[in-house]
Amino acid sequence: MKTIIVVGNGMVGYKFCEKFVNQSQNKEFKIIVFGEEPRPAYDRVHLSEYFENKDAKALEMAPRSWYEENNIELITNVRVTDVSRNSKTVTTAKDAKYSYDYLVLATGSSAFVPPIKGIEKEGVFVYRTIEDLDATMNYVAKIKSEGIQKKAAILGGGLLGLEAAKALIDMGLETAVVEFAPRLMPRQLNNDASKSLQIKLEALGIEILLNKATQQLTGDNFITGMQFSEEETVPFDMLLVSAGIRPRDELAKTCNLEVGKRGGILVSNDMRTSDDAIFAIGECALLNSMIYGLVAPGYDMAEIAVSQILGDKEATMPTAIDMSTKLKLSGIDVASFGDALNENDGLEIVYENAFEGVYKSIIVNKEGTSLLGGIMVGDASDYSMLHQIFLNGMKIPENPAQLILPAIDGAATLGDVMDLPSDAQVCSCESVTKGQICGVIENGEAMDLADVVSCTKAGTGCGGCKPMVADLTTATLKSLGITVKDTVCDHFDFNRQDLYKIIEVKGYTTFNEVLDNHGNGGHGCELCKPLIASLMATIHADTANKEYAIQDSNDRFLANIQRNGTYSVVPRVPGGEITPDKLIALGQIAKKYDLYTKVTGGVRIDLFGATLNQLPLIWKELIAHGFESGHAYGKSLRTVKTCVGSTWCRYGMAESVSFGIELENRYRGIRAPHKIKGGVSGCIRECAEARGKDFGLIAVEGGWNLYLGGNGGANPRHAELFAEQIDNETVVKYLDRYLMFYMRTAKPLQRTAAWQERLEGGLDYLKEVIIDDKLGIAQDLETEMQTLVNKFECEWTQAVNDPEVMKRFNHFVNSDEEDDNIAFVSLRDQKMPQPWV
Amino acid sequence: MQEILDNYKSVLDKDVKIWFKAASVKDFPTDGGACVKYKDKQIAVFNFARINKWYACQNVCPHKMEMVLSRGMIGDDKGLPKVACPLHKKTFSLENGENLNGDLEAIATYPVKIEAENVYIGFQE
Repeated sequence: MKTIIVVGNGMVGYKFCEKFVNQSQNKEFKIIVFGEEPRPAYDRVHLSEYFENKDAKALEMAPRSWYEENNIELITNVRVTDVSRNSKTVTTAKDAKYSYDYLVLATGSSAFVPPIKGIEKEGVFVYRTIEDLDATMNYVAKIKSEGIQKKAAILGGGLLGLEAAKALIDMGLETAVVEFAPRLMPRQLNNDASKSLQIKLEALGIEILLNKATQQLTGDNFITGMQFSEEETVPFDMLLVSAGIRPRDELAKTCNLEVGKRGGILVSNDMRTSDDAIFAIGECALLNSMIYGLVAPGYDMAEIAVSQILGDKEATMPTAIDMSTKLKLSGIDVASFGDALNENDGLEIVYENAFEGVYKSIIVNKEGTSLLGGIMVGDASDYSMLHQIFLNGMKIPENPAQLILPAIDGAATLGDVMDLPSDAQVCSCESVTKGQICGVIENGEAMDLADVVSCTKAGTGCGGCKPMVADLTTATLKSLGITVKDTVCDHFDFNRQDLYKIIEVKGYTTFNEVLDNHGNGGHGCELCKPLIASLMATIHADTANKEYAIQDSNDRFLANIQRNGTYSVVPRVPGGEITPDKLIALGQIAKKYDLYTKVTGGVRIDLFGATLNQLPLIWKELIAHGFESGHAYGKSLRTVKTCVGSTWCRYGMAESVSFGIELENRYRGIRAPHKIKGGVSGCIRECAEARGKDFGLIAVEGGWNLYLGGNGGANPRHAELFAEQIDNETVVKYLDRYLMFYMRTAKPLQRTAAWQERLEGGLDYLKEVIIDDKLGIAQDLETEMQTLVNKFECEWTQAVNDPEVMKRFNHFVNSDEEDDNIAFVSLRDQKMPQPWV
Repeated sequence: MQEILDNYKSVLDKDVKIWFKAASVKDFPTDGGACVKYKDKQIAVFNFARINKWYACQNVCPHKMEMVLSRGMIGDDKGLPKVACPLHKKTFSLENGENLNGDLEAIATYPVKIEAENVYIGFQE
């Protein structure tokens, strides 16, 4: 048994483990990993998401259990302080010694903090780890609590700095980016591209200060400003330093490994250091006199180290390392690849459209036969294809300008994804080729995009290649004659959205009309029947009493069927507000019918154990006491959970209960693809857990922050911030549009979270549709919702007033007896169904 | 539990000894079902109006032994008439009782006839 010690559990350190486990089936190696941070490796590329959702788990590369399952010993929160090359041991800060056969240094880098006078002051932060972000957010909260508008500076206009700037703006600070160079992202963009980007960022409210050399930070204990020259000092309340990285090579120095003059552990292209048993990978490694600060080359280095240790001496890093980047910065596309800055005398072709805020440039060789690099700002939709042309040295059009000119006649100037050579690397983070992607589909391992991603890991790194992976998947499936099936069931060749349109346009009112005119000749099933029932309800404002035989069983009996075939009853208690009299009435009715009584997760009271025959009797009494259906049984609005808000709470910023009741009463009864829950919190303490709901509101200074697309359930997801500081009327307007858009376009049984996640264009697109009315449908959506609101009718009141409907609630069609098969046992002074055997 | 299932054995047309008059045709939903009580048996009866046929089967779902099949939705699986249990969507052929989406025991089925707008179910005893 040989021991590999990996020092550093960052993205690259983790990737080494993953690749090792994937490649080595034998049990000859034991891996021990040391991480200095308290948690297992996380995705630093998407670190800025933590500012928004504070969800460290979501960023994890793999949970702790993954390491255990793969026999890897993970020791976090421990720093390795010493390496002895003679004895082949490492020593930790706790003075523990571990022996190794191979040592892999994946120590990464630290944020570079320039030696500016005053940089040690309070209020100065770096942007590197989750702990850094926590410290930054705490300080933001602290200075914001002083009540006056505060201003933050970001030192460094690179991509990390720009991401951080957006996060700080979102936190409500005025924000300025301070860059020493004359342009933004100086390693990736030229001056003109930078100007395009600058205009877009300024439109978001981010101030850009270029050509600024900071002399010192002012302030006594904490920062009050930055002095750029004797004449120019700008006041700031905090500073986030994002001015580059420094390789962590201190451990290498303790054991006299060769390091570069400006830092970095010297490695050859087999990733070995000057000691054959020691490897260095990722941002701590100095290869070709370069530190590669991107994740893709880091992953490649991990792969080479794995191959070398497993005995493949031929495995080496390529001579040319791809440093292409593509990112979305606050909705602005920015991409660059190859020799973007034209450092090798290529010819430049530029397309600039200041009206649309698009800048593109490409560099081609003098013969005009190959693409050497390029930059895109504002629209990077062609990036994947151009990048592939560049990487694979593919032929370019005789007039290379066609590569970036917008297609006038709609004809695609770029080739088809299927034209790529089989060994074209589509996902550079995970080194996945086109051949591998098509291969898993061709050999039947993968049937859809999700399968392809899980089989190949393509698209799981930076995610930049996702559109291309999706295109390849669709094209390959198509070439195999497999149509990507999106129909609701065998009875229709349509998806939910198609059927919505069909019913709307043709005005059908019964299931049979739809089935006879548009079905496949069958007779329906438990999938298409409730779906069409739901569509009818949305389009015609029908209740579930309309055509009850096609309703899902719960909708048919207007109650939730429970384990033993009895039902539960949930009256609506809007916003969770209930008078003592109503509460007493609930208790008395529950007692009378001997119902198991429990408060639900959504602030209402659930009465269990009612037989079918009892349901109308119970509801008659509930209705007499002023209750109405709570639609707990329907794919419809359940509750709007509220905290008590400013009515009582000393911290409350707004009347969350009043608004919650208004919203619950507005959307009660509407049928949707799946259930909908809402939440309204009166302040940022968020007692209503609104961000775990399909729509959530949090009261802030100046209005409500609106969050959309959250849920609990099997895949918990926080709702995303959609609009800030809006008033009640705007909330209702946006919610009307949002819910109606969801009801029109989601798949069957798709919650808002999953729908939103799969919406092409994501949250930005949703904002364009709902706020900017890009599709010109906002008015229609509002009108449709208003019709549903106006036509609301309590379906239980309908039911108990109609003798025909009441007949539905007899267990037997030929007897008034009840089901004698139902048996209860006692449980904590109440009853429960007899357990299943 | 087995004794509940033992109470239900499929009856073929030729073996019917008693035609039990259950209820009037109009007491049953169109393209849906209702439950009929016969002695100590619960029988789910379905009016499959789209194909102009009636079906009867045991009301108990063999999965969790609850008396619920009559409340299930009916439809077809590649042309074969079926019912889906409302509890866990187990589906059964209405023709021969076979479980179509699992390997549960087949449910018992019974002949149905309509005479003078009345629904009759066939039993052996």
